[in-house]
Amino acid sequence: MARMTMIEAVRSAMDVSMGRDEDVVVFGEDVGYFGGVFRCTQGLQAKYGKTRCFDAPISESGIVGSAIGMAAYGLKPCVEIQFADYMYPAYDQLTQEAARIRYRSNGDFTCPIVVRMPTGGGIFGGQTHSQSPEALFTHVCGLKVIVPSNPYDAKGLLISAIEDPDPIIFLEPKRLYNGPFDGHHERPVIPWSKHELGEVPEGHYTIPIGKAEIRRKGSAVTVLAYGTMVHVALAAAEETGIDAEVIDLRSLLPLDLETIVDSVTRTGRCVVVHEATLTSGFGGELVALVQEHCFYHLEAPVVRVTGWDTPYPHAQEWDYFPGPARVGRALVEAMEA
Amino acid sequence: MAPRKTASVSSRKTAAKPSKKDFAGGTIAEFSKEDDLKAYREMLLIRRFEEKAGQLYGMGFIGGFCHLYIGQEAVVVGMQLALKEGDQVITGYRDHGHMLACGMSPRGVMAELTGRRGGLSKGKGGSMHMFSKEKHFYGGHGIVGAQVSLGTGLAFANRYRGNDNVSLAYFGDGAANQGQVYESFNMAALWKLPAIYIVENNRYAMGTSVSRASAQTDFSQRGASFGIPGYQVDGMDVRAVKAAADEAVDHCRSGKGPIILEMLTYRYRGHSMSDPAKYRSKDEVQKMRSEHDPIEQVKVRIVENGWASEDELKQIDKEVRDIVADSADFAQSDPEPAVSELYTDILL
Repeated sequence: MARMTMIEAVRSAMDVSMGRDEDVVVFGEDVGYFGGVFRCTQGLQAKYGKTRCFDAPISESGIVGSAIGMAAYGLKPCVEIQFADYMYPAYDQLTQEAARIRYRSNGDFTCPIVVRMPTGGGIFGGQTHSQSPEALFTHVCGLKVIVPSNPYDAKGLLISAIEDPDPIIFLEPKRLYNGPFDGHHERPVIPWSKHELGEVPEGHYTIPIGKAEIRRKGSAVTVLAYGTMVHVALAAAEETGIDAEVIDLRSLLPLDLETIVDSVTRTGRCVVVHEATLTSGFGGELVALVQEHCFYHLEAPVVRVTGWDTPYPHAQEWDYFPGPARVGRALVEAMEA
Repeated sequence: MAPRKTASVSSRKTAAKPSKKDFAGGTIAEFSKEDDLKAYREMLLIRRFEEKAGQLYGMGFIGGFCHLYIGQEAVVVGMQLALKEGDQVITGYRDHGHMLACGMSPRGVMAELTGRRGGLSKGKGGSMHMFSKEKHFYGGHGIVGAQVSLGTGLAFANRYRGNDNVSLAYFGDGAANQGQVYESFNMAALWKLPAIYIVENNRYAMGTSVSRASAQTDFSQRGASFGIPGYQVDGMDVRAVKAAADEAVDHCRSGKGPIILEMLTYRYRGHSMSDPAKYRSKDEVQKMRSEHDPIEQVKVRIVENGWASEDELKQIDKEVRDIVADSADFAQSDPEPAVSELYTDILL
């Protein structure tokens, strides 16, 4: 076992996949020579050559559109959109083309592309470098959406994604790249090298897409979270002393409803947490599913903790980011209701 | 201050071989003592301001993203010298220089960088997102290339209103590869809009050099298929920029439609504060600094012409430093925005 940051784990996943399958190609803005703005593709061009890992112009629509065409002819492009905030020019291609090729061609063609994007806040990126657009993808029928919360999962899920026959949005919480950030911005983050989930096999392994993981067993209340908010929720549970069960969804679509229902049925209470804005966020879908499947077991209204319904501010980052204090208050609210 | 009218924009030849873009120069405006002293002061303000911003970043007063304009000062200062009240300016994320050249308050810009309530966007926008209605500055845009379409819309509004204002849309060699740039070119040519598209070609789109990302590296020719004239300009020489700007502004004001100016320039610093710029050699940077520095060129001219003594130049330096120091003090002491500001200027 090696110790890896999330950056190294993501890189290792692409490395392993490129080594195993010549049809895997990696490209995007600054991805080749420079090695990616977050260094996720560093060394891949040197190892696999310029035809398999290369720079693209600043043309998100063109990057994703050409990846779809490559995939229709059997390649397996794994492309990077430098920040999730930059994906909007590519949204047309993702929603109208990538998501529908299987359906539109009666199953003749699938679209085995992976679109990696750093997502979320916590780095003072302001309104154009901090967004969490996952709900824009889950609302589209035909895209799978993955959000890992640690290096081990990131590698196993990314390899699964590259091998998957359908289009996958792979959102990498950028605040987790170097350690399990729990919202306590006032203290340094523990590096992944000192965290058990920073232990990552160097070779090939996969994690099934659509399986959640229970990060903390508990009996009092279920917390549904993904990405950075998993670590915030764990911190909130410790700090409030509430015996919360924290579920790391890992994959939003497909969603592991079984694990969610099983947990909420046991606890009778539920808190849903995400960084993205509240209105029409993925949390709304989770709340609906919980009430549909667990209504007679619920002992309190389901509580949501999310980013505010505003653009992501440059100043006031920690007033905006749903940190452990806010999640903790939600846990208390769910328990006292 | 009239530029030599020996060559019109339409007769100027572009570089035959795009690879040889070593500042061959075009028309050079004749600068008077006043012009050179003004250009010197304005470029120096941008440089000292950016150096201070870099320092404050290093000290932790500025977080997140911060893209410095050092090296490119002649472009925005030269363009601005050709404008009149009412002309609009819009640019991307490397925007501090544009704001200072538009006359926006150094205090307001610096306090925005530090996220304070006295910042031009009350601290909520940050380095890339500032505006000024009063100074006709339409942002500060963090999404690469997005401002080009907006600048086209500004030009449309001028045409619709029947005024003679022109719209300046600045973008980089990286942004020039965004699809919406060409959608904008088509519309601007179709509707004969008074838009000046200024490509600040500083050779690197973040870490990717022009040759690695662009099939046509002569950006002045990117409008050819729409019939938009375009010219390469020595963007390190403020006089060349001013001359090109004068002619481009005349072109637009006289109803001939859009025009493209490719400014051959160079950024001395990395793309952003976290970029060590290992994709280019130190020699390359040093060569540009020592042989083409836009401020040094003006300074040498001023001294050679006897337009100012060393002492007088030092006095200008001091005045500029004082302005920058004042902006930095303000940006560090001004309070952060109140929590209630989270919910201002939004719809719900």
